Amino acid sequence: MDSEQIIKLSALELGKAIRNKETTSEEATKAYLDAIKENDGKYNSYITVREEALAEARIIDEKIASGELTGAFAGVPVAVKDNMCTEGVLTTCGSNMLHNFVPPYDATAVRKLKEEGMVIIGKTNMDEFAMGSTTETSFFGPTVNPWGENRVPGGSSGGSAACVAAKLAPISLGSDTGGSIRQPASFCGITGLKPTYGKVSRYGLVAFGSSLDQIGPMGRDALDVAYMLNVISGEDPKDQSSAPTDKLDLEAVKNFDVSGKTIGLPEQYFAEGMDEDVRARVMEAVKLLEQAGAKVETFPMPIMDYAIPTYYIICCAEACSNLSRYDGIKYGYAPEDVDDLMELYIRSRSEGFGMEVKRRIMLGNFVLSSGYYDAYYNKALQAKALIKKAFDEAFSKYDVVIGPVAPTAALKAGESLSDPLKMYLGDICTVLINIVGVPAISVPCGFTSDNLPVGMQIIGKHFDEQTIMGFAYAYERLSKEAKQ
Amino acid sequence: MRDYEMVIGLEVHCELSTESKIFCGCSTKFGGAPNTHVCEVCSGMPGTLPTLNKKVVEFAVKAGLALNCDITRNNKFDRKNYFYPDLPKAYQISQLYCPICRNGHVDIKTSQGEKSIGIHEIHMEEDAGKLVHDEVTGMTKVDFNRCGVPLLEIVSEPDFRSSEEVIAYLTKIRDTMQYLGVSDCKMQEGSMRADVNLSVRPRGQAEFGTRTEMKNIASFKAIERAIEYECERQIDLIEGGGEVVQETRRWDDEKEYTYAMRSKEDAQDYKYFPDPDLMPIVISEEYLESVKASLPELADAKRERYVSELGLTEYDADIITGNVTVVKVFETAGAKCGNYKDAANWILTDLLKLYKDEGVTPEDKEFDGDKLGTIIKMVNDGKINRKSGKKILTAVFEEDVDPEEYADRNGLAQVSDASAIEPAIRKVISENTKAVDEYKVGNTKNIQFLIGQSMRELRGKADPKTVKDILEKLLSEL
Amino acid sequence: MEITEELIDYLQKLGRIRLSEEDRQKTMKDLGSIMGYIDKLNELDTTGVEPLSHVFGRTNVMREDEVTSGDCKDKIISNAARKDEDTILVPRTFD
Repeated sequence: MDSEQIIKLSALELGKAIRNKETTSEEATKAYLDAIKENDGKYNSYITVREEALAEARIIDEKIASGELTGAFAGVPVAVKDNMCTEGVLTTCGSNMLHNFVPPYDATAVRKLKEEGMVIIGKTNMDEFAMGSTTETSFFGPTVNPWGENRVPGGSSGGSAACVAAKLAPISLGSDTGGSIRQPASFCGITGLKPTYGKVSRYGLVAFGSSLDQIGPMGRDALDVAYMLNVISGEDPKDQSSAPTDKLDLEAVKNFDVSGKTIGLPEQYFAEGMDEDVRARVMEAVKLLEQAGAKVETFPMPIMDYAIPTYYIICCAEACSNLSRYDGIKYGYAPEDVDDLMELYIRSRSEGFGMEVKRRIMLGNFVLSSGYYDAYYNKALQAKALIKKAFDEAFSKYDVVIGPVAPTAALKAGESLSDPLKMYLGDICTVLINIVGVPAISVPCGFTSDNLPVGMQIIGKHFDEQTIMGFAYAYERLSKEAKQ
Repeated sequence: MRDYEMVIGLEVHCELSTESKIFCGCSTKFGGAPNTHVCEVCSGMPGTLPTLNKKVVEFAVKAGLALNCDITRNNKFDRKNYFYPDLPKAYQISQLYCPICRNGHVDIKTSQGEKSIGIHEIHMEEDAGKLVHDEVTGMTKVDFNRCGVPLLEIVSEPDFRSSEEVIAYLTKIRDTMQYLGVSDCKMQEGSMRADVNLSVRPRGQAEFGTRTEMKNIASFKAIERAIEYECERQIDLIEGGGEVVQETRRWDDEKEYTYAMRSKEDAQDYKYFPDPDLMPIVISEEYLESVKASLPELADAKRERYVSELGLTEYDADIITGNVTVVKVFETAGAKCGNYKDAANWILTDLLKLYKDEGVTPEDKEFDGDKLGTIIKMVNDGKINRKSGKKILTAVFEEDVDPEEYADRNGLAQVSDASAIEPAIRKVISENTKAVDEYKVGNTKNIQFLIGQSMRELRGKADPKTVKDILEKLLSEL
Repeated sequence: MEITEELIDYLQKLGRIRLSEEDRQKTMKDLGSIMGYIDKLNELDTTGVEPLSHVFGRTNVMREDEVTSGDCKDKIISNAARKDEDTILVPRTFD
């Protein structure tokens, strides 16, 4: 099989081709490494590309031949967001602060990729410490959206989205704290799942907002994403917030029938400020599902107005605590000519962190500081209780809730960097989901008049990935049929 | 000068004697080369997460029950955020909002009588690492071995009015922790540390004065001295027209004074908030009952039982129950020999003297109570005399020998066979005619001399009472 | 919520961050507009609502008291900029 054929395959198709000896892991890895060499100069989707993956692929080929590795993704290359620890491999979080950090251990999700027999070909670009929605805050330069060179890929998992969209990886892992998987998936026209909080171990994921962070798969279609979830999910003794859950039944995903299922559309998801094209594409997608027998109902969700304040209070508070460990002492950036402890702290952090990270640290310190805790942090935890209540009520009526992923398609580069509040407001459709911890997937549902991809967001009940994956796959099939 | 009284509150930290740390699987063993009991979790590597050790919760509940506390049913952990090189995550996982134990008390006895000291709360938290200043390089070395060792912080109410009360309370806390087996409370290894909050006020005044805090004082003696010093310092200050400044002071045990620590620029803002990485802990009624059922008999109950059931004097019972290691020796020895009063006597008159002479504590040097029981039994059965028993006790203390074997090897077995004793006594009688004659005419005191001579002849291996009986019999036959 | 000079200085101190004058001015403005938006939360009536820190209601997740790690000193100190054979070094601390 030649390189061109290989990189056209989905991850499951590639895994099958390797098992059927139509190609090998080594061939597939080489095809991708070559593609990266040739094209990633344009996109900057990788921070680290691993030439040594080729040697690892050879070993995996032997294990596949000997029957030691039998998984559907055995031998398949994979790209990993650079905020997941990889033993012996640079893990930068897109930051000068960790520009030289080599973790001594693997994140649980990374270990599971290895156990499946996947080949990690590189670590992908991201907004610094996952703070951002454009992958422009990376210390290693911005990533470019394969759909338009002056467009951002979204963020913070912009590298993981762009590399899959540009066929520089068959599949990737991202992380999602307030939309960081779904929004770039939507901007880049791929499928991205934020699993239920607790479904995938966070162990080894460099923490941003600990109560919100979740690792998830980003792939070319729903089945790739579904299978990847099975690879990385499961309770982990090293993460006490992870939960025991069932694996997805992939046959049931394929045979899922939307007929008779109920879809709730929150009014606020389609309110003022929503791009007309985005609204139209999502509504067309909902129409397809309705025509296939799903029952659609609009309902009010006024609490959504408070989503962004609540989210930014919680995530910045957690972040300012999580990021205090970066002090120039144990790892990462450290200025050389310092002989005073306080000065070491201040210079390491002032020179190691970029502006967006500093802004959020200061915001977090503010909402937690004595005198303000009750007015802000505690108030946000109360709002969180009300948001959860609103979702519980919605899910007592509907099987899934559907809306857009973002108010717009991919933004122009540089547009939101100058105005952080504007960037934060762009997270309006995604942050609620992280606050309550439910799963949500971004599924491509057409293009704007500028030929930029649009994503539909399907939100499910806690640990009910089965249903949203069923919807996602059903929609994929319906939209293909509709085109023909 | 007005009459002042001191007002003291204590924060006591006890390191729990679990095998592994509170949030990771590293060993809690004291000592060890720097950074050898460390992993990616307790060294604060990016991406790592804490995992709570079950035993810590169990130990905290045990301690709370023993110190008469209410146990909090819905527990959470909070992050206490501050920068320091001995705290690699830059936050300490602790409990601010929901401490596991509240509203307890400890009853103490001092020369002024009995008193109850309130316990405000007890919470679980992790210890920090160790910083060692290197004079050569001028740098500070960071050792993470102690990072994540589980701690209980026991916060008292400001109920103390003298250093004597403080020491009585600390002793009681230490004993209780040791009885429970939750902490060895060795001050010299830092597994028990006390912060002293002290203020003074004119006697009769209701409001508290401004307090200072003295941190991490390393022994009971030093605490006592530091309290006396700091109290006087504050009184002098006030009497001299000055004011006490609220600050943290350090006690210099060599120079015997306290000094203000380099003041932190501002009051610390710890920005506490619930730790999202750890799930809440809910204590059920069932769990509470099971822990209650597993509580061992504590000092007060033992003391009472020793007096009422075993017939010990209050004084003896006090001394024995004052040290959990001694209690173990006492109970084992008593069970072995079947005579608890004798066991108490041997411990109080002989064993504790051995410890004192060598300058070590019972915790430092293990002593097998079973062997003491054997020795007592040998003496009581007449197999050896008391003097030999003492000799064996010393040998057990020093080399942990087997008492019976040691007695055999050193020929300490007592001659109790009258046929072996009689010839020796006859010899003494025939060689001391003067003393015998005087005895016969009524100078009965001479019997002591004759016993002594006989014992000498028998090289000390006979029971003096048997010797006396035979001697009297033979003399009456003359 | 107004972001004053004093507040910005305090937040820099809390976060061990020093901003250039230009960044400081911009941050004051940005935080001002962000806090202005966040203050919208005051409109939400939360009377009697219990704050929710953990969304799932999972409780009592604990591990057994077993020694399972340690003895990897080199891995732990290998990323430090200043170190000797056994320890990480920091500028002298006073306390």
